[in-house]
Amino acid sequence: MVARERREAGAASGPTAVASSDALIVVRNFTKDYVMGDFTVNALRGVSLEIGRAEFVAVMGPSGSGKSTFMHLIGCLDRPTTGDYLIDGVNVASLDADERAEIRNNKIGFVFQGFNLLARTSALENVELPLAYAGVPTRERRERSEAALEAVGLSDRAGHLPNQLSGGQQQRVAIARALVSGAPLLLADEPTGNLDSKTSDEVMGILVRMNEERGITIVLVTHEMDIAEYASRVVVFRDGKIETDRLNQNRRRPAGMPPVAAVPVVQTKARA
Amino acid sequence: MTFFGLVRIAVRAFSRHRLRALLTALGIIIGVGAFVTMVAIGRGASEKVNSQIASMGTNMLVVFGGSSNMGGARGGMGSSASSLTDSDADAIRTTCDTVKYAAPMINSQAQIVWNGSNWASSITGTTPEYLAIRSWNVQRGAFFGQRDVEAGNKVCVLGQTVVDQVFGGDDPIGQFIRVRTLSCQVLGVMARKGQNQMGQDQDDVVLMPLNTVRRKLFNMGGAAASSVSRILLSANSASDTKRASAQVEALLRQRHHTVEGDPEAPSVRDLTEFAEMAQETTRTMTLLLAGIAAVSLVVGGIGIMNIMLVSVTERTREIGIRMAVGAKGKHVLVQFLLEAILLTLAGGLVGMGLGTGAAKLFSDIMEWPTELGWQSYSIGFSFSMVVGVVFGFYPAWRASRLDPIEALRYE
Repeated sequence: MVARERREAGAASGPTAVASSDALIVVRNFTKDYVMGDFTVNALRGVSLEIGRAEFVAVMGPSGSGKSTFMHLIGCLDRPTTGDYLIDGVNVASLDADERAEIRNNKIGFVFQGFNLLARTSALENVELPLAYAGVPTRERRERSEAALEAVGLSDRAGHLPNQLSGGQQQRVAIARALVSGAPLLLADEPTGNLDSKTSDEVMGILVRMNEERGITIVLVTHEMDIAEYASRVVVFRDGKIETDRLNQNRRRPAGMPPVAAVPVVQTKARA
Repeated sequence: MTFFGLVRIAVRAFSRHRLRALLTALGIIIGVGAFVTMVAIGRGASEKVNSQIASMGTNMLVVFGGSSNMGGARGGMGSSASSLTDSDADAIRTTCDTVKYAAPMINSQAQIVWNGSNWASSITGTTPEYLAIRSWNVQRGAFFGQRDVEAGNKVCVLGQTVVDQVFGGDDPIGQFIRVRTLSCQVLGVMARKGQNQMGQDQDDVVLMPLNTVRRKLFNMGGAAASSVSRILLSANSASDTKRASAQVEALLRQRHHTVEGDPEAPSVRDLTEFAEMAQETTRTMTLLLAGIAAVSLVVGGIGIMNIMLVSVTERTREIGIRMAVGAKGKHVLVQFLLEAILLTLAGGLVGMGLGTGAAKLFSDIMEWPTELGWQSYSIGFSFSMVVGVVFGFYPAWRASRLDPIEALRYE
């Protein structure tokens, strides 16, 4: 692995010429302003970033740095004030709410800190949810959901309700839900924030495995350095801008997984 | 998201808050229940009035003689010297083209005796046209003919009540009964007609030929021998009754040399007017009751809206999750709208059941006929559906317009 220091890509540098077609996410000059009465909060002040397929990126930064806002924008949960955003070749900035819902449905999977499973709904039905909104026939929906639960090691818990599952199990159900539609991007917002360190390692293990075995691009928002160390690239936000963007030389490996050198990592072009 | 899937989500949401769902639906239950009961009672009433009107006669008008006024003492209807006669009936029949039948009649009370039993009944002397006007049939035996009327034959036809009271289980046909002092043979028995609108038993009657009553029973002579107390008329059709009434009144004024408004002039009563009045009364009652039911449906609908708004707020996070995994606005809208509709429909069905029970109970206790038609069920059903759509739409729309991030962050 070559260790390279990436320079920060601030707004000051202006529009970038890069539009590499194989990048999954291309963000150009994101700004996001929240108007609160007489004040305007500039949550993002010009962020440009490119994330390649099968990258595992950790987004860090203190609270108020804009990392959550950035997460919502690339998750198509919100729209930027200005800026362009391409995901999987689709320009999202011009899409309306329903079209963004479709992008969320088939291109993005979410994993949240609070798990966000539907209460009183079985694990299997929670996993089926994205497929239900995609209009997948019941039978296929069931088969794919069972496969997704199996991938996170929870086949035997399919009929359990969220309150009958431990935190780690709930988060694995959420990961299965994020994977089930075959989305190329998984957005994880503090996924281990409510878990102890052993369980955190298990959950991170699943994410690493999905990244390496399936080539799923993972963007992980966290404020814990030891969680960020599982990623191959770390982007740090500060004051609505990217402060640093570097490759991670000493990736932490989840328990029971071979060291990183043994795994062929798909590397994307670094931005100049 | 399939329809069935949405129904399951809705049922799950209700089962989480059973008592709340029941209380919410209560407004609709009461509204639809009241509606079904009220319509059943109203329709029962109007059915009762209709059958009473039908039992009175077909397009019937009644001509009364004018009232007399002797030195200030007014003698009442038919007491006038210029009272009605057979020839008035004949004149009406021949000159008034709107009149189909005319039956002169005379009424009295008399004691009837047969084989040791006796009974006081009403005696009606009339002509065979009486049957057509009152749309009344002979159940057994025969009615007397025009010849019996002219000859004053000593025959009679009995109402069911008289048969029951005087003959008990015996066959009256061919028997001779004594009416006051007159012995006459029973030709037939009338079909049962029941009570009229005033609650009088229409079957407590002895029908006899007009001349038999006047000449043989009461020994009338001279002018009285051709006088009648009233004339029953039947107009050609229901729409003709008003014209017939005017025509007959004009004819009788001319024949009796009276002017309009003279109390001594014979008067014509259009019985369809009573019928219309009674119909109008029941219709007003039905409308009033339906109005009360509609108000309670609206109140129930407001309750639905209120609870749906609470439910949307409570489930903000759920909505956020659904949106995050790809639910569009329409998915959320349909989900909550369907919940509201299912709630009102369930309430409507329960209401229909309770309404049916209440109507049955009412008719048992109050001895009032009720009529449950499929119309009131289908109206009750569609009303509860409409209430669900109208009052469920706004909360569902609010849910569908939630911001995904705000919804996900909601605690």
